[in-house]
Amino acid sequence: MTTKVLAIDDSRTIRNLLRVSLEGAGFEYHSACDGVEGVEQFAEVEPDVVITDINMPNMDGFGVIDNLRSGPNRTTVPIIVLTTESGPDLKARAREAGATGWIVKPFDDASLVSVLRRLTGHVV
Amino acid sequence: MLDVSEAPTEAQFEFITFSAGDQSFCLEITQIREIRRWTPVTKLPHTPDDVLGVMNLRGAVIPIFDLSARFGLGETIDNERNVVIVAAAGGTTIGLLVESVSEILSVAKSAIQETPDIKSEAARQAILGVISVGESMVRVVNLDAVLDNEGGTV
Amino acid sequence: MSNSSIRDTFFEECEELLEALVEGLAAMEENASDMEVVNAVFRAVHSIKGGAGAFALDRLVNFAHTFETVMDKVRSKQLAVNEELMLLFHRSGDQLADLVEAARDEREPNAESEAAILKELSAYLGDVESEEEIAFDAAPLAFDAAPLALDIGEHDPPTGTELRRFDIRFCPTPALYANGHEPLLLFDALAELGPLSVTADLSRLPEFDRFDPEDAVINWRLTLLTSEDETVLHEVFEFVDALCDLEIAVSDEPVVAVDEPPLDSRASQGLPAPTDRAALAEPKAQEDTTPPPSAKTATASAPRDEPRGPRPTLRVDLDRVDRLINTVGELIINQAMISQRIEELELPAVAHLTNELEAYKLLARDIQEGVMAIRAQPVKPLFQRMSRIVREAAEVTGKKVKLVTVGDSTEVDKTVIERLADPLTHMVRNAVDHGLERPEKRAELGKDTTGAIRLSASHRSGSVFIEIADDGAGLNRARILEKAIEKGLVSPEAELSEQEVDNLLFLPGFSTAAEVSNLSGRGVGMDVVKNAVAALGGRVSITSSPGAGTTFTIVLPLTLAVMDGFVISIADQTMVIPIASIIETIRPNPRDLHCIGTDGEVISVRGAYVPIVDVARNLGLSSERADSSGVLLLVSTEGQGLTALRVGAIHDQRQVVIKSLESNYGAIAGVSAATILGDGKIALILDPDELVKLTPAAIFLPPASPPRPELRHA
Repeated sequence: MTTKVLAIDDSRTIRNLLRVSLEGAGFEYHSACDGVEGVEQFAEVEPDVVITDINMPNMDGFGVIDNLRSGPNRTTVPIIVLTTESGPDLKARAREAGATGWIVKPFDDASLVSVLRRLTGHVV
Repeated sequence: MLDVSEAPTEAQFEFITFSAGDQSFCLEITQIREIRRWTPVTKLPHTPDDVLGVMNLRGAVIPIFDLSARFGLGETIDNERNVVIVAAAGGTTIGLLVESVSEILSVAKSAIQETPDIKSEAARQAILGVISVGESMVRVVNLDAVLDNEGGTV
Repeated sequence: MSNSSIRDTFFEECEELLEALVEGLAAMEENASDMEVVNAVFRAVHSIKGGAGAFALDRLVNFAHTFETVMDKVRSKQLAVNEELMLLFHRSGDQLADLVEAARDEREPNAESEAAILKELSAYLGDVESEEEIAFDAAPLAFDAAPLALDIGEHDPPTGTELRRFDIRFCPTPALYANGHEPLLLFDALAELGPLSVTADLSRLPEFDRFDPEDAVINWRLTLLTSEDETVLHEVFEFVDALCDLEIAVSDEPVVAVDEPPLDSRASQGLPAPTDRAALAEPKAQEDTTPPPSAKTATASAPRDEPRGPRPTLRVDLDRVDRLINTVGELIINQAMISQRIEELELPAVAHLTNELEAYKLLARDIQEGVMAIRAQPVKPLFQRMSRIVREAAEVTGKKVKLVTVGDSTEVDKTVIERLADPLTHMVRNAVDHGLERPEKRAELGKDTTGAIRLSASHRSGSVFIEIADDGAGLNRARILEKAIEKGLVSPEAELSEQEVDNLLFLPGFSTAAEVSNLSGRGVGMDVVKNAVAALGGRVSITSSPGAGTTFTIVLPLTLAVMDGFVISIADQTMVIPIASIIETIRPNPRDLHCIGTDGEVISVRGAYVPIVDVARNLGLSSERADSSGVLLLVSTEGQGLTALRVGAIHDQRQVVIKSLESNYGAIAGVSAATILGDGKIALILDPDELVKLTPAAIFLPPASPPRPELRHA
């Protein structure tokens, strides 16, 4: 069974890069361009893992995590935060909010796939 | 594009020969888009005599030059055999009114001779070289020189 | 999608982000305390940085990072925005745009200005920040923190290749499960490091009826034999750090020495190494680690790329659009031909046919308008570019300038936008340089020391209006006239109206600056602007009032492809004149016609004497003086105001498709373009402004030498 990924990022470039990496690694790729759309897509796509950017218009990454962890969706699906900041503050904040893991941009394919594999058990 | 100064190779070039102002000329076939019967054109104001006007070529507006007049050989005399050679160089398409079209000439590059040393710089510019065909001499027209309006009549 | 096309989309996205940035900065100018706006600016810079990182564009990443860090300080209210900082942000935005462009074109950006701005930006960051900066500089592209979090089994083994035994006690908290972690997957990861045994401690498992599915009651004891360092184990648990009690104890004695070759050298470079070591994992990943497929899967799994962007758009090769536009042009001509043919048949009044022909005409027009709309784009990016021009010009001249844009959503043909960039740049520069007074002077006059330049766009009666207005001193007409006389452009005796004096600015080679300034003394005059606008079928005019400022107005046709015209005859040729330029048509009463001198002729129109220009004569199509028959078309020209054009007759009013004369021939004085009539013949489209200039009676033009048509070189 393929693993479904929902990527939420306002940058088209990042979405493109994620798509190429993830589809290449055998994931089923879905995407959304902001938090609000991401939450909508979540209900529709029912992904196995969510990757979300932090800084986004309409609803930011923390909003997404909050919504997915305690909103009507209330899920324990792994949520991976995509961030350019690698400081401990952000990680702690993300963890506190309910994120499962994080990936620091710029990411390389191997690290990305490795994290997803670790958090979803996806077999490449 | 034809370059006569290059070392001769035996590749064949095809030319269409035609007469204008009682002289024999030719153009490389790859520069020619089509040959049309003469139809009246729309005159342009404030243009030299050799600019006959503009014509509708499938939606494009192209200027028609009287080649004979352009080469200083007098205006082309009205004749049933008059045709317009539509030629293109670079992004520009133009029509050349000539007296009549003669034949297709296929020659090796080596058959093209340099333009004999003539006095007129303008004439030398307008002719890339000459080809001798039997008794007569055919002048290879330099389309770029025709397009270049700087000198007016060449 | 190939890597290069991702790169292309990145730069396309950068364009959009830079646009958003400029817009955001302009909004910050209005209200810097609006956090939404500050956030948007931050995000734009941040997204550029994010994408640039993926393509290893270090300089771009570095600059964006510094910019973003300062912006972040504003966002977190650690830094207040003042005029100086705002200016720095604008300059940083410009610099960022330059860096993006340089990265796109793969050339070296201007290091000098980059360094200067970076220095200024860094000055806003405290010491700590600048240290971080240095760290960032040192390895901007290393996937810095990533290996910590991500790499499994990809590390150099410790000095030896001996296996050591780790005893791990792992007690998850409920939050661990809530955050989406699955212990079994963690064990899988550990198992990749070496043989692992797992024991579940179920002692805290409650009675069944007291079972809380969200509580974490199982503790785990694990034993791992691995040659990896302890830090690698901690890395496996990094994501769950603080979500569990974790104890890792290492037994110092080597368990077994194994003869393992050193790992692939790639590992030491942080690149992935094969991780195919046998995993003695127990337990194995369970099926239930992934949610069961739901009934909705089938529909949801249909590929859905970017389902809801800002607005769905389609990228189409411009050539295709232009081919379509050409074809539609042909359709309109074809429609005109059919109408004409049917008319020629002189059929008995068959109402149906007339109605259907009319419907055909309307449809063709609809299609044509629709197609033209594809090429239409808002002037916003063009206007945004001007804000940079204003800033730079203000900096060079030491003036304070504010740019106000109005109507930047007005849509104009793409070609117009492209070809307007240079003239507009010049005019905006001029407005700053010549139009506005120096701040001291403005203060003296009681004006706001910051001058305003207002750039506006609007659609009015089938035309596009673009205005460049300054609130400066207004034109110094005495100086202009003096200069024009000095240059021999106008005779000292000439009596010119204010408008005529203003129009002198458009004469070739005119320059008003008393001293040639850095900015405008570039040999580009307003005549170049005028020609550029004229080439688009438009015109420029000036209004100015002393002390209040100067306004340049550019009027352009809505589309470049068609226009409404009168089909007229001149000598024995059929020509077209744009309806937009005609004020009224007059069938002259001989009583109203008067001769002046040997050649001049005027008509009295409601008490004013208006010069008559014989079109056929001006075009050199007839040398004789026309008799007083024919029709007069009253036009307003910028050169000599109201003028009556004498033409043979008006035949028809219709929409014509504009065909360039210049693409295969060259410009012809008095003629703006050509069109193809219903009979397939070409008719020239007249340009009244230029036509009038051809008259020897023109006031300030040197005797018209027939301009030589210029041929474009191939």
